[in-house]
Amino acid sequence: MPSLGADMESGVLLEWLVEPGAQVHRGDIVAVVDTDKAEIEIESFEDGTIDDLMEPGARVPVGERIATITVDPTSGSQPDPAPVPAPTPAQPVKSVVPTPTPAPSPPAPVAAAPRVVLPHHERPRVSPLARRAAEARHVDLTHLEGTGYDHAIVLADVERADADSRIPTTEPATSALAGAAAPDGHAATMREATAALMARSKREIPHFSVETTIDLANAMAWLESHNAGRPAAERVLPAALLLAATARAARDVPELNAHFEGGRVKPATAVHVGVAIALRGGGLIAPAILDADRSSVDETMERLRDVATRAKRGVMRASEMTQATITVTNLGDRGADKVLGVIYPPQVAIVGLGAIRDRVTAVDGMIAVRPSVIATVAADHRVTDGHQASRFLAALDHHLQTPELF
Amino acid sequence: MTTSATELRAAIASVLADIAPEIDLGAIDASGNLRDEIDLDSLDALRLIEGLESRLGVTIPEADHATVGSLDDLVAYLARRSAEQPTGYDRRDDESADTR
Amino acid sequence: MTAASKPAAPEATPTTTYREALRAGLRDAMLADDRVFLMGEDVGAYGGSFGVSRGLLKEFGPLRIRDTPLSESGFVGAGIGAAIGGMRPVVEVMTVNFSLLALDQIVNTAATLSHMSNGQFSVPVVIRMTTGAGRQLAAQHSHSLEGWYAHVPGLKVVTPATVEDARGIIPAALADPNPVLIFEHGSLYTDSAVLPADPAPISLTGAATRRSGSDVTLVTFGGSLPRVLEAAEFLSQTGVSAEVLDLRCLRPLDEDAILASVRRTHRAVIVDEAWRSGAFAAEVAARIAERAFYDLDAPVERIGSVEVPIPYAKALEDAALPTVERIVTAALRTVGRHE
Repeated sequence: MPSLGADMESGVLLEWLVEPGAQVHRGDIVAVVDTDKAEIEIESFEDGTIDDLMEPGARVPVGERIATITVDPTSGSQPDPAPVPAPTPAQPVKSVVPTPTPAPSPPAPVAAAPRVVLPHHERPRVSPLARRAAEARHVDLTHLEGTGYDHAIVLADVERADADSRIPTTEPATSALAGAAAPDGHAATMREATAALMARSKREIPHFSVETTIDLANAMAWLESHNAGRPAAERVLPAALLLAATARAARDVPELNAHFEGGRVKPATAVHVGVAIALRGGGLIAPAILDADRSSVDETMERLRDVATRAKRGVMRASEMTQATITVTNLGDRGADKVLGVIYPPQVAIVGLGAIRDRVTAVDGMIAVRPSVIATVAADHRVTDGHQASRFLAALDHHLQTPELF
Repeated sequence: MTTSATELRAAIASVLADIAPEIDLGAIDASGNLRDEIDLDSLDALRLIEGLESRLGVTIPEADHATVGSLDDLVAYLARRSAEQPTGYDRRDDESADTR
Repeated sequence: MTAASKPAAPEATPTTTYREALRAGLRDAMLADDRVFLMGEDVGAYGGSFGVSRGLLKEFGPLRIRDTPLSESGFVGAGIGAAIGGMRPVVEVMTVNFSLLALDQIVNTAATLSHMSNGQFSVPVVIRMTTGAGRQLAAQHSHSLEGWYAHVPGLKVVTPATVEDARGIIPAALADPNPVLIFEHGSLYTDSAVLPADPAPISLTGAATRRSGSDVTLVTFGGSLPRVLEAAEFLSQTGVSAEVLDLRCLRPLDEDAILASVRRTHRAVIVDEAWRSGAFAAEVAARIAERAFYDLDAPVERIGSVEVPIPYAKALEDAALPTVERIVTAALRTVGRHE
């Protein structure tokens, strides 16, 4: 069970989109998992043959195995001694990290299925007692620090975590939110997931923010002529233009385009812009538009439309949910003037864009009425300072003055 | 060659069913701001326009967006547009109607 | 009565050594049943290589306290034959190393006859031998091979570790209709304790909790018990509550006692003076893994001797054996303290 976001502790395996024994390729969508936020399509990490599919329906902690992928021998690990009916002449090779075969566990409510991690996840070191206790108490092991033998997670760690965070995660209170549209009473669990993540952000991240007002006369004029004569299906919204400009500013000021994990900054190698999307009936989701700095305005619009439509249907892809390097929260044309965002861990900055309005401003020594937007950036002061944040807003302004260059 | 207000309302409801399935058009204030009444963000609004263009065979230029505030405005606007510019979609329906 | 008003006992408390306790038990058995006799190398005039039978020749005479030639295969076989013939022999073998010369008699004959005769014959022989190191007796007198015997069905293998157990073990072993092997760790003979004048009979099998604790179970038997108790005491001063379980009997093994303790403490360190590879400790560890896996909060630790023939030189011998320090360190590891 891959982690599909910093706030994900477990997921419910909904369905497999492949048959046991099917050939899969890296990036293929193989399964659908319901996190507390959305139904997410899981992509394969490897080329190979998928097997040992876990029975759908169970809630599975992050890091547990849900399937085995047998990869080509070219990638080189242990030869598989088991006879595998494969037409290829070479012996297939198991890519799964070696783990004990499933022991007959004591009657537990979930997970009687094989439990080995997918290739890219190291199985956390957890004592059998702690694992059993965590299962019984619904404690997520992925973020615990072990204090036991060789720093394994032991019973005491689980008990501490259980005491620390008694958030009722198992019983979604169906009436907690007036979320009629959210499927299966998701609204409440999504609220909890958002609450946990935002509380963590405010608890751990020393936020600071800067703001500026950006003149959008050029941008809106460009957009108007761009959209002129196009049917609605081909029109570009200001949101897409702002997003494309933000992505380019993030590329210009890489200090804000990063993750902060385990006490250190990991600069991002690409710009994946998360877009905070309010769901009808409540809830927030922030899927990423990948490589947004390399997309044209039209492409950005197309992808924004795709992501937003799917987000509202509750079907996201794993890569969209985990890879954002910076997030934009845009209140849109009917929203408030200004928004100071809360950073999505492990990202280090969030860009807030208020409503585009006509405002009185000074232009060339004259009073003028021009469309403008108040742009803010909230950033992690452990990682960056006001100087970089100001440079970021300056870059954003610069790009928005020249949309024709996108 | 106009489409009736009832038909237009039905078309709007049908497009909205995809965007905001929980909305009951009959229950909203038809003279209030439509986007506020049914809480549409700019993407939702664009999808509504897109859906109406495709369903009714009309074009709704961006410049006209601001002139349409309420549900009543929208129905009136669409009635005007569909009368001005009948398209293949409408004609097909009309031809079949003519055979009656 | 207050402490101040109680007069201090002027005379030293009378104590019994492990060696004396064995002798007293043997003497009780010989007085109670005239089918009981002792035989072995130097058990008569010399009083036994470790002094267990000193004085018994004079009391019971050479028919019941019999010196034998230096032939373990011969006199152990004679003991087995006498047992089949209706006697209740106690056979002393000087060390477990020499018992290997009688391995055929013990494993192929004593252990099997009851089964092979469909219960027509029983072999009520008691075979005592010294085991273990720590007295600079070098590699041919110092090994801990009781685990080998514990492998064999048909034998009972007991390892008395306290003076009280030494006092009761020979009568208890003689009461058993099948062959019983008593392993007396050489370092225990001089241990002493105060025993009641009329000690109660002991159970031949079953483990005993020598110290109660809640954080880690230290499983041991025989000559390692004093060191393990010392380690437990040290651990208590560092805030770790160690339970000490004395197995007492390796076959049959009191598995329930081990599991019950580990299920409470969730951690286990097994101390067995034998070499770690294939030692009895491995059997204990395996049973914990089989039946208490989901109760474990740390890997099971084993402490054994360094895998060399036990050296003669004192410094080397000390270095080869399980030390209190090694036991303490392992126990601390199981509770996540890496110091």
